[in-house]
Amino acid sequence: MQISGISITGSLFLIIGIIMYKGLPYISWEMISQSPKGGFYIGKGGGIFNAILGSLYLAGLSTVLATLIGIPIALYLNMYIKQGSFLEKSSKLLFDVLFGIPSIVYGAIAFSIMVWLGIRASLLGGVITITLLTIPIVVRTIDELLLTVPVDLKNVTKSLGATTWETAKVLIKYIKPGIFTAILLAFGRAIGDVAGVLLTTGFSDNLPKYIDEPAATLPLAIFFQLSSPIPEVQGRAYASALVLTLIILIIVICTHILASKQKKHKI
Amino acid sequence: MKFRLVKDLIAKYLSKSLLILSLSVVVLIVIGLAMKSSPLLDNVNLFHILTEKNWSPQKGNFGFLPFIMGTLWVTLISLVIAVPLCILASTYLVEYASDRLRISVLPLMNVLAAIPPVLYGVWGVLFVVPLISDWIAPIFNINITGYSVLAGGIVLAVMIFPIMISIMVEVLHTIPKELKAASLSLGATKWETIQKVILRKARPGIIAAVVLAVSRAFGETVAVLMVCGNIPKVPQSLFDAGYPIPALIANNFGEMMSIPLYDAALMFAALLLFVIIFGFNLISRIILNRLEEHA
Amino acid sequence: MHAHSSIETKETQNIILPSTPHMQIKDLNVYIEGTHILKNINLDIPNNSITSIIGPSGCGKTTLLKTLNRLMDDSKEVKVTGSVLVNGEDIYAKDAEVTHIRKKMGLLSQRPFPLPMSIFDNIAYGPKIHGERNKKVLEQIVETQLRNVGLWEEVKDRLDSSATGLSIGQQQRLCLARGLAVQPEIILGDESTSALDPISTQTIENLLIDLKKDYTIVLVTHILRQARRVSDYILFVYNGKAVEFGKTEDVLINPKNPITQQYVKGFIS
Repeated sequence: MQISGISITGSLFLIIGIIMYKGLPYISWEMISQSPKGGFYIGKGGGIFNAILGSLYLAGLSTVLATLIGIPIALYLNMYIKQGSFLEKSSKLLFDVLFGIPSIVYGAIAFSIMVWLGIRASLLGGVITITLLTIPIVVRTIDELLLTVPVDLKNVTKSLGATTWETAKVLIKYIKPGIFTAILLAFGRAIGDVAGVLLTTGFSDNLPKYIDEPAATLPLAIFFQLSSPIPEVQGRAYASALVLTLIILIIVICTHILASKQKKHKI
Repeated sequence: MKFRLVKDLIAKYLSKSLLILSLSVVVLIVIGLAMKSSPLLDNVNLFHILTEKNWSPQKGNFGFLPFIMGTLWVTLISLVIAVPLCILASTYLVEYASDRLRISVLPLMNVLAAIPPVLYGVWGVLFVVPLISDWIAPIFNINITGYSVLAGGIVLAVMIFPIMISIMVEVLHTIPKELKAASLSLGATKWETIQKVILRKARPGIIAAVVLAVSRAFGETVAVLMVCGNIPKVPQSLFDAGYPIPALIANNFGEMMSIPLYDAALMFAALLLFVIIFGFNLISRIILNRLEEHA
Repeated sequence: MHAHSSIETKETQNIILPSTPHMQIKDLNVYIEGTHILKNINLDIPNNSITSIIGPSGCGKTTLLKTLNRLMDDSKEVKVTGSVLVNGEDIYAKDAEVTHIRKKMGLLSQRPFPLPMSIFDNIAYGPKIHGERNKKVLEQIVETQLRNVGLWEEVKDRLDSSATGLSIGQQQRLCLARGLAVQPEIILGDESTSALDPISTQTIENLLIDLKKDYTIVLVTHILRQARRVSDYILFVYNGKAVEFGKTEDVLINPKNPITQQYVKGFIS
C-alpha cells in the first residue's frame, strides 16, 4: 500500500524533475525575451517570447470572459432559482458533465464553425474555444463556494430588506478568496490546453498584435518544436515546458494559499 | 427606490439568459457535429464504419476500427495500472496514514491534476518511451522504438491518478465510522475490515471514479498522441503503435477539407467521442450525487 | 384593526389579549418538499411585547419564525398557504413586495453573522441600500444604534476595522444594532443567544426587554428558563401544530393542554 502511494506521488516528482533537468540548461534571458528567428521549426536563433505572450493573452482573455459569464450563472443557480427545482438540479449536473468534455471536441466544433464562417485560425478563435472550456470550471467552483455560505448570512442580509442582487453582492464579498481560486483554476486550465488551440489558434513566429491573427502559445510551442531534429529548436521546446511548469506551479501554490485563507474566513 | 428592484430584475434575467446561452452550447455541439458528420453516414452505414479495419481517406475508405481499438487499448492499459494503485493508495491515505501525511499528499494530487497534458506528453517522450524501448522491450527480446499503446497507457495512467485518488478519498470519507467500529468489534482485523466492509460499501463510488477516469482517458488527445506512434492499424500487442480517436482529429484537421468526406469522418469521430464521454460522465455524476445526498 | 384578539386552534381555548395584535397568522400551512411542516396555525401576536415560541427541536418553530418574514419561500421547494397579516396587510398577497416586508422585520440569527465589512459599514449597510447617501446622517445612525445596544463605548475607536474581530457577544449586539438601523417594527429572534456565554446572553435579554417599548418581538427558544425570564406570551408548538398560547405564567405554570404539561415538566424535549 505504501508502495502504491509512493509510486503515485513519485511520478509527480519524476515529471517535474525531468522537465527541470531538460529545460534548465536552455533557460536564458534571450530565450524568454525574443521571438524565434528563421521559423519556429527550423530556425536556430531566438526564443519563446512570442509563445509566452500569446499564452498569457489567450489565457487572460478567456479567463476574464469565463469569469464574467460564469459568476452570474453560479449566482443565478444559487440565489434566484428555487433550490431543489428541476432546472437547478439538471443545470448543475450538466455543468458537471460539460466539465468532463475534452477540449478536442470543443476545438473540433469551433473549427468547423470557423470554417463555415470563413474565419481563419486566430487568437479570437482560441479565446472563444477556451472560454467555452473554462466556463464550467468557474461555475462549478463558485457553486461549491456558495454552498458553503451559511444560510443565516443570506437570511440576515435579506432581513435588512436587501434585494436578491444586493444579497448576492454581500455573498461575493464573503467568498472573495474562493473566487480568486476559481479564476486561477480557470487560468491554469486555459494556459495548459493544447487540443483546443491546436485547431483554432494556429501558430506564429511573431508577437501577437491583432486578435484576428494566429498566435503562438506555450503548449503548441512545446508540441511542435519537440519533434524537430534540430537540437536548438528542441531546446526551445524544453524551455517552453519549463516556463509552463513554473506558471502552473505558481498557480497551484497561490490556490493553496487562498484556500487556507477561505477556511480561516469561515469563523 | 423602485430602481433597486429594477436592478434586481435586470440581474436576474441577465444571469438567466447567460445560463440558457451557455447550456445551449451543448445542443449546438450535438446538432453541429451531427450535421457535419451526416454526409458520411449517408454514404456508408454506421455498423460498417465502426467495424471496418481499412482507413484510407483518399480511396474513400473510412474504417474506424483501428482508432476505436487504439482508444480501447490505451484506456484499458491505463486502467489496469491505475485502478489497483489508486484503490490501495486512497485506502492507505484514509485508513492508515497520519493526518500530517494525508494533508501533505492531497495537495500534491492537485499539482498532478494541474499539469497540462502537453507536459505529460513531454515526460512520455523523454522518459516512458525510452524506458520501454531500452528496458522493457529487451526483456521480451523485442526491438522497437517505444512509441506504443503501452507508452500511451502509462502516460494516461499517471494522468488519471489525481481524479481517481481525489474522488476515492472523498468516497471513503463518506463511509460511517460506526460501520468500521462494528466490524472491528466483531474481531475482524483491520485489513479484513477494509476488504470485506469498507471497499464493498465504497463500491459504487469507486466505480463512479473509474468511469469518470475512463471518460477522461477517452478524450485525452495530445499527451497520448505524442507517445502512441499513430499508425492506423488495429494494435495486436502492448508494443504495437496505436492511433486513438482524439489523436486522429488533432492530426488531420488541417487536410480534411481537401479530401471528400474526410471532414465528415473527423466530425463523426468528434461526435462519437462526445456521445461516449457525455454518457459516461452523466452516469458517474449521478452516482456521485446520490452518494453525496446519502452521506 | 381587530378589537377582539383571540386564537383558535383545535386544542387551545380562547384567550382575550389586552392589546391589539401587530401580526396575525391565519390558517397557515407550510409544506417543504411535500412534507407538511406547519399545520393550520392561527395566532395573533400582540404589539410591544415579547412572544416566545417554544417546543422540542424539529417541531417547526424556526420554520414558523422564518415564514413570518418570507425567508422560507425562496430557499427551498416550499409551499405556503394561508396568510400572515402585518398591520392588517397580507405579506403573502400576490402583489406584496418582499424587500419592503423584510425591512419591517429585523432578524437576529442563531449565531451572529456580521457582514464581511467594517463595523461602521455593517450598521450603515441597511440604510445605504434603502437610499441614504448623506454621510452625516449615516454617522448619526451608526452612533445611535451602537449606543442603543451599548456597544458605542466599546467600538467607537475602531469603527473601520473588520466586524469579525469583535467577540461573539459583541458581534450579536452589532447584528441587533444593524437590524435596528433599518427602522423595523418587529424583531425576530431565532435562538439568538444559543451561541453566547451567560453574560452576553443576559445583556441581549435585557436589551430585548428594553426594546419592547418600541418594538414587537418574537423569539424562538428551546430554553424554558429564558422564555420565563423575557417573554410576556408563550406559544407552544408541537409536531407542527400550535398547541397552546397564552400569558407566560399561564402556559408555564398552569398549562391547559396535557402535551404542554409534559413538555413544561421536562418529559418531552
